Amino acid sequence: MSSTVYVSGDSSAISLGANRTAAAIVKEAAQRGIAINLVRNGSRGMYWLEPLVEVAVKGQRVAYGAVNSNDVAGLFDADFLNGSSHTLSLGATEEIPYFKNQQRLTFARVGITDPISLDDYIAHDGYRGLKNAIGMSQADVVKHVTDSGLRGRGGAAFPTGIKWNTVLNTPSEQKYIICNADEGDSGTFSDRMIMEGDPFVLIEGMTIAGLAVGATQGYIYLRVEYPHAHKALNAAIDKAYAANYLGENIQGSGKTFHLEVRLGAGAYVCGEETSLMESLEGKRGLVRFKPPLPAISGLFGKPTVVNNVISLASVPVILDKGGDYYRDFGMGRSRGTLPLQLAGNLKHTGLVEIAFGMTLRELLYEYGGGSASGRPIKAVQVGGPLGAFVPESQFDTPLDYEAFAANWTVLGHGGVVAFDDTMNMAKMARYAMEFCAAESCGKCTPCRIGSTRGYEVMDDIINNVDREKNVVLLRSLCDTLLNGSLCALGGMTPYPVLSALNHFPEDFGLTSHTNAA
Amino acid sequence: MTESTTTETVQTIIAELKNKPGALLPILHGVQDTLGYIPADSVPAIAQALSLSRAEVHGVISFYHYFRDTPPGKHTIHLCRAESCQSMGSEKLEAHVKATLGIDYHETTADGQFSLEPVYCLGNCACSPAMQIDHEIYGRVSAESFDATINDLGADA
Repeated sequence: MSSTVYVSGDSSAISLGANRTAAAIVKEAAQRGIAINLVRNGSRGMYWLEPLVEVAVKGQRVAYGAVNSNDVAGLFDADFLNGSSHTLSLGATEEIPYFKNQQRLTFARVGITDPISLDDYIAHDGYRGLKNAIGMSQADVVKHVTDSGLRGRGGAAFPTGIKWNTVLNTPSEQKYIICNADEGDSGTFSDRMIMEGDPFVLIEGMTIAGLAVGATQGYIYLRVEYPHAHKALNAAIDKAYAANYLGENIQGSGKTFHLEVRLGAGAYVCGEETSLMESLEGKRGLVRFKPPLPAISGLFGKPTVVNNVISLASVPVILDKGGDYYRDFGMGRSRGTLPLQLAGNLKHTGLVEIAFGMTLRELLYEYGGGSASGRPIKAVQVGGPLGAFVPESQFDTPLDYEAFAANWTVLGHGGVVAFDDTMNMAKMARYAMEFCAAESCGKCTPCRIGSTRGYEVMDDIINNVDREKNVVLLRSLCDTLLNGSLCALGGMTPYPVLSALNHFPEDFGLTSHTNAA
Repeated sequence: MTESTTTETVQTIIAELKNKPGALLPILHGVQDTLGYIPADSVPAIAQALSLSRAEVHGVISFYHYFRDTPPGKHTIHLCRAESCQSMGSEKLEAHVKATLGIDYHETTADGQFSLEPVYCLGNCACSPAMQIDHEIYGRVSAESFDATINDLGADA
């Protein structure tokens, strides 16, 4: 019997040489006359160990990493196909503490299955949620999602069940499900990992959403920067159609759901749901006024569910095991698990899916292993480019939406970017304004003009031109952006700017005395 | 590509995609995927097929960073400027890349080999700093690995 070898086809693993490693394994096996079955799985999310090579030995996976192409001959010499010891041995993959202590619900299959094998998906509990949903009333499906306590994982944390319920109860001949896969926040990559590593779970989640609210058409609005995810989604969608998991009369249910991937074109603001819908309609991605809510008048004026990738990918496990099962993870009003993404200057970057409630400090040091540079972590930015910089004094905050909000910080999509003490926070504040200026859709004045004025004022502060006067101006400008912008882009750019100013005044050339808010 | 075949290419793409709901972005992607950019003279044909004004089509092209109306170099380098990459030294890398290629963002080298574009996140934040060249993604990029990569690509020319 031939050995099964796993080398991740995840784009981050590929960015570290996984394709070269995989090719070297195939070549070496052929030269030695050994039959192997190579599977390009998703990533386990331990990126400091990529390219990770796993071998199935007696029903469990044994890991080696990081394996570069020039390590491959040595692995064969050491008989890695039978799990033998080598300097790159990591033991059983699932016993690696980083992985072992996680609670993987949404990511249950990522890194385990062949992402575009429908058989593999079904063999690992796939489509059980849809099967249950088909046997329920629409209201009951929505109730499971409501009971689960699932809140929008894209960042705004709005209860998913309430959104679905509004769409369900808005009569219309045509409704839509949109998956927001415009994962533009720096420090986030969990959507990408799901789409590349388990695309069927997203397809299943969207299909359940369609059945639940009576929508027959779904769109995945995918950012163009994700070509590997695009390929994986299209391959999985083709297979789902071929096996009647998409299309007309799905699995004999009498229900129809069609699904198509649409590509964005590099506009960050299109991650905002109304801008995204404008873009899908073929227009400039200008933010719309709300109301009307998209749930009542969304894409092409029809009732539309717009959910993030992780929200939708969490639906199958909820419908498989019940809303109560999911709700029993977490703390307070943050129920279930959150796939956290450790990025930037950390030793052990990667994906950690765990119930809400762990502290940021545990995440950074017990999982992240501290900074990659070995220097003290000065600040972390949580929740993407519109999230606050969190200073060391707030590292004991539990990972919970409300606890973060109480500190004027943002948990958002769970992306965590760490900076060591060489980073100048005034520079980061300037960058936040520059980014807002580059990405503003231009519809509202505070964001369009305020962001440009913002980095001009930051330049003056950094260059010590009327510094104290300009700090007052900066605060006033941030107040206008916070309270006067149409969407979160302008409305939240003050989070990184003011948190940098409040916690690191010395980087702005200020003493705490001159920085009174 | 000659002018007449460009027009034919654009017409084929339009015919294939124009009946999709919200067809404009798929058509623009189709044109750029095939030709490398969206030529100004394709705008009237696209506008006519979708019953839009030329100004509306131009407005959409210019809104999105990814769409370009000039031919790119043989290879397009997207260098990430976002926070995670900054935390791992992307500013130094950026200076090195610009100096090595002798161009700034949105420019193409004189020999037509490389275009340089900024990007705000490639989703490769666990392996910062990151860049993308054409459809390939690169992680933990250093000045040395950048040089080696473009030398390899240059050798294919």
